[in-house]
Amino acid sequence: MSSRVFGEPIKRLEDPRLLTGDAVFVDDVERPGMLHVAFLRSPYAHGRLHAIDLTDARSRDGVIAAFAADDLGAYWQHGPLLVPPPPIADAVFYPRTQVPLARGKVRHAGEPLAVVVATSRYIAEDALDDIVYDLEPLDVAIELEAALDADAPRIHEDLDSNLAADVRQQKGDYAAARAAADVILERRFTYDHGAAAAIENRGVVADWDRRAERLTVWDTTQAPIPIRNGLAGLLGLSESQVRVVAPFIGGGFGPKIMMFYPEEMVVPWLAMRLGKPVKWIEDREENFFATTHERSQIHQAEIALDREGRILGVRDDFLHDTGAYNPYGLTVPINSQCTLLGPYRVPAYDSRFRAVFTNATIVTPYRGAGRQHGVFVMERLLDLAARELNLDPVEIRRRNVLEPDEFPHHHEIIYQDFSELVYDSGNHRPAIEKACAMIDWERERDGAGIQGEEPAGTVDKRRGVGLVCYVEGTGIGPYEGARVTVESSGSVSVSTGIGTQGQGHFTAFAQVVAEQLGVAVERVRVVTGDTRAFHWGTGTFASRGAVVAGNACHAAALAVRAKILRHASEALEVDEADLELVGGEARVVGAPQRRIALGDLAQRANPLRGAVAPGTEPGLEATSYFGPSRGATASGVHAMEVEVDPSTAMVEILRYIVVHDCGTVINPMILDGQIKGGVAQGIGNAFYEQLIYDSEGQLQNASLMDYLLPTAAEVPPIETAHLVTPSPLNPLGTKGAGEAGAIPTGALFAQAVENALREDLPDLEILEIPLSPNRLWELMCAARGEQA
Amino acid sequence: MKPAPFRYFAPETLDEALSLLAEHGDEAKPLAGGQSLVPAMNFRLAQPAVLVDLNRIAALSFIRPDDAGGVVVGAMTRQRAVEHSELVAARAPLVTETVPYIAHAQIRNRGTFGGSLAHADPASELPAVALALDAQFTLACRSGQRVVPAEAFYTDLFETACGHEELLVDVRLPTAAAGSGFAFEELARRHGDYALVGVAVAVQRGADGTLIDARMAYLSVGPGPVLATRASASLLGTRGETEALRVAASLAAHEDIVDPPSDIHATAAYRRHLIEVLTVRALTRACSRAQEGA
Amino acid sequence: MDDSALIDVALTVNGTHYQRQVESRLLLSDFLRHDLGLTGTHVGCEHGVCGACTILLDGEAVRACLLFAAQVRGSTITTVEGLAAADGTLHPLQEAFRQAHGLQCGFCTPGFLLTLVPFLAENPNPDDREIRQAISGNLCRCTGYQGIVDAVRSLSRTGAPKPAHEAET
Ligand SMILES: Cc1cc2nc3c(=O)[nH]c(=O)nc-3n(C[C@H](O)[C@H](O)[C@H](O)COP(=O)(O)OP(=O)(O)OC[C@H]3O[C@@H](n4cnc5c(N)ncnc54)[C@H](O)[C@@H]3O)c2cc1C
Ligand code: FES
Ligand code: FES
Repeated sequence: MSSRVFGEPIKRLEDPRLLTGDAVFVDDVERPGMLHVAFLRSPYAHGRLHAIDLTDARSRDGVIAAFAADDLGAYWQHGPLLVPPPPIADAVFYPRTQVPLARGKVRHAGEPLAVVVATSRYIAEDALDDIVYDLEPLDVAIELEAALDADAPRIHEDLDSNLAADVRQQKGDYAAARAAADVILERRFTYDHGAAAAIENRGVVADWDRRAERLTVWDTTQAPIPIRNGLAGLLGLSESQVRVVAPFIGGGFGPKIMMFYPEEMVVPWLAMRLGKPVKWIEDREENFFATTHERSQIHQAEIALDREGRILGVRDDFLHDTGAYNPYGLTVPINSQCTLLGPYRVPAYDSRFRAVFTNATIVTPYRGAGRQHGVFVMERLLDLAARELNLDPVEIRRRNVLEPDEFPHHHEIIYQDFSELVYDSGNHRPAIEKACAMIDWERERDGAGIQGEEPAGTVDKRRGVGLVCYVEGTGIGPYEGARVTVESSGSVSVSTGIGTQGQGHFTAFAQVVAEQLGVAVERVRVVTGDTRAFHWGTGTFASRGAVVAGNACHAAALAVRAKILRHASEALEVDEADLELVGGEARVVGAPQRRIALGDLAQRANPLRGAVAPGTEPGLEATSYFGPSRGATASGVHAMEVEVDPSTAMVEILRYIVVHDCGTVINPMILDGQIKGGVAQGIGNAFYEQLIYDSEGQLQNASLMDYLLPTAAEVPPIETAHLVTPSPLNPLGTKGAGEAGAIPTGALFAQAVENALREDLPDLEILEIPLSPNRLWELMCAARGEQA
Repeated sequence: MKPAPFRYFAPETLDEALSLLAEHGDEAKPLAGGQSLVPAMNFRLAQPAVLVDLNRIAALSFIRPDDAGGVVVGAMTRQRAVEHSELVAARAPLVTETVPYIAHAQIRNRGTFGGSLAHADPASELPAVALALDAQFTLACRSGQRVVPAEAFYTDLFETACGHEELLVDVRLPTAAAGSGFAFEELARRHGDYALVGVAVAVQRGADGTLIDARMAYLSVGPGPVLATRASASLLGTRGETEALRVAASLAAHEDIVDPPSDIHATAAYRRHLIEVLTVRALTRACSRAQEGA
Repeated sequence: MDDSALIDVALTVNGTHYQRQVESRLLLSDFLRHDLGLTGTHVGCEHGVCGACTILLDGEAVRACLLFAAQVRGSTITTVEGLAAADGTLHPLQEAFRQAHGLQCGFCTPGFLLTLVPFLAENPNPDDREIRQAISGNLCRCTGYQGIVDAVRSLSRTGAPKPAHEAET
């Protein structure tokens, strides 16, 4: 009997609860006497708040209380700087963090001005109309380049300009590379990412038990432990008095890790202040304004190559929109800066970015976290170079990818985890060849661009293919922990501190542990996201759950395995080496009738009488931590086939191929799901989703009617293949996969559309994402020399 | 996103409903499928003080043949019922072809034929179809009924000839005469979205095969559904040759009454371009169908 | 009737009869979730787009966020809680979702299930294009839809039976 569960497509243990409606999400939490909250939000993107009067709101029937910034007293303070800037020489960084309720000044539309607590959300919303306030609109800085003008309206008046950061990183000698180059290409690229738009909006429920002096907070956060620690500090409680629960979360994708959101600060305070449970559930309209985005970068980039198409160097200078505040430091632009290098040999690199404050919602990582932007620039530069050199786009990539003997590969610049950007491992060429074979590159690439399949009289469409590469630094530190316990029933419980938002952690971690303990996966119960169950750790972000927490589970399982073997060897009077753990039992190899159940061993290890041997601990339990020295490098190649209607500029994606390498795979079914979900978001980013601001800083499409998430009719079937190059940086050899699917899609889409239109418009250059049919049509007109 | 308070009435007869509307005047709004009104109320963009729910008035939900060979659809008939009606398919095939473009099955299960027409969203499919078919709208108030042709029904952005005290009760779709052909084309960003531009066309060939009638109606190109009369007229007497269709399409794109907006979804220039492309496509299909039917 | 007047609503949800008084403006989605405690019906947008709140009203898939509780007097409703059998056996469609990894965070899932139950009853043999159109009124941000399409396809020959509580009667 094989007990192998690691690496198998085990059906998820959490599914029955989710499929039947039993799973508890934050908005499902009900407490007796619970009150409901609504926030008054700024209608203006930039304004001076002179006065706010809550009298009428407070006197409305059903309203319990209403508060503005001044009512918070000493509790009013700026949120923490989540991520300080990495140690990069001469880096300039001006941290400015958000506040719980605006005081004096408003810096983006949707910033909360006041909060109303009522017996129902309906009444709380009614009362928002009763609030009288004097908010003087100010000129806005919304457009990235204009925001840096000397006379641009200043968002943080204590600063000299809207510059939030200025960072330059260099490798090699770009000037020399340029001087030696046969081909130099320079272009301006814009890449705009969007809203994560998890289907579940955010929410916080807080309950202060006055008699037990304990605060419980249910929060749609990806990082319950830092929230607990932060809240304890803010509220003057000890950490043990605060329990933060991130129950089932309806999708995270990055923005649910921001801290502290104003609502996360205010709602627990309200619960303590009013002595009543308090619930705030973000609605979709609020979500567009109040939950963080990822948005635009504008790159002026140049590539220098020799005539064989080998990269000699890349220079880039880009602007990054950080929004009204920058609590997340430089994570996003540094990801862009580092990920641009891709799987390629780039001897010289000179990259500068400036982060810019704008009167718009805060920018923090959203799936991909700036990597898209960098990949887009590099892949497009390579495509342009291939065109210039008359090379096949795949060929130019073949000539530049790192070979297996070049790892670990040092890039000599600093990554978002503060350590040097070093690729631990990789094997890119087979991934390229595999993707080529899957999409039938040779045939499709030069195949009939104009399809003859359509019956006469209908629409002539053009087909094209694309193929791009990327790497992704994943699984960064600092650390995660896990506790594994064998219970006397023989069940195993696993607790870890990260939150889970659909990544299948309940199953994947169970597989990791079951593998070591020889129990059925169904007997392993995983708890995530409850600080009472485990209270050390950081959170689920940066594609790190499976890597960092997975390895912590593995380490704890190994420690428990050792305990099991020790107790079993005593109980069965055999050498540990002669034991195997199978089917929930320890058995003697070759004499399986000599065995003892893990549950019995758990009881032996936790006796009611007698003594636990000095220097040992009771129980079959262990807590372990894992902290990687640096991130593990996942990589992949994506290819797609599109069909373009040249008359309308509508694009349909016919096929999508992903060849992905994220090291050892814990559960291929879950991995596949992560990749495909990422691709769907990438497709949204490429052709459907864009946050559209007007010149007043107003978001024009703050609804799901107008912000277009792709549906099943727009996302094609996605074919995946996996290569395994284990990471040498962790015992399981895993690399992160959570963001990979979404990263190269924009670059790929641009290449495939250009390819489809190659005969009509050989000079068409797509230097921006997202596109829309309208925008693509304009680019097509311009390439034809027509006015759109 | 919770609606503001309102008073709710659920009359079971048309008379009761009309009395309530007369009593409450412009404070009241009829509630049909709620698929446009309720989202607006949830955003608090609409805050009617009184809602008169028409869903319990069984007499407003029907599809029946009329004597002239057409079909009459009660205002409260669900869009899904229209979509699946064999009678509608036989007598007003353009409607059957178009309804699936409206939103999604769950919306059409609830959204009504009359609600969509009365809402007069310029991006809606059905008003353009009603215009192309020269549908007749029956409006009722306490003092009686009147019939208004589609062209007169649509007056401005979200504005119709239907007064505060009136209800749209049914819509008469004339029969598809011999030699006629129809087609609908639209371009939407995603499946089920409101279209950037759409066109509904109805043409009819005479005994000699030349076009003797043509109606081209557009959505998303003006404050309401738009009938391109000059362009439509240009087709008369032609046989619907490709060149004639191109001319008509180009005329349509530049007719005065065709004034596409620039908004977050598309620029006016792109919409004008789409008018030409989609018109040729729709006319091509309609003319070839008309041939078949001649 | 004045603003504060409560409206009597009697209805059947998942085979159970309920009688409540509601404010006229109470959305059906809030009524099911918070008044009846049936929190399996999820709310993602409250403007009819995401489909998470989809339920069966007299057998037809509709948006619970675009109905007022006051409107469903006398109706029969099925929510996700009504799909599995009383002994906990998953409905075949739920089982198919699990087998095909048709859910990740699971927030959108109830809406997909309730959209698909009547769809499969009407179209026992859909092709992929029909399946994709049928679910195009439901947004999922996690799965990329493929697992969902696979789940439906796996049932396409048998069709999806009725929800447990309806099958019993
Ligand atoms: C996600 C989503 C997508 C959609 N996509 C589309 C689309 O692509 N194309 C499209 O056309 N529509 C679309 N719709 C709207 C949908 O078709 C609506 O059903 C329709 O517009 C309104 O019909 P209703 O019966 O729901 O009317 P309601 O929303 O109830 O009413 C709409 C308006 O008409 C008035 N009214 C209703 N009935 C009458 C009557 N008999 N007499 C007088 N006034 C009346 C109401 O007072 C209200 O002002 C979409 C809706 C949603 C939620
Ligand atoms: S919550 Fe009803 S459709 Fe989104
Ligand atoms: S599974 Fe998360 S939204 Fe669909």
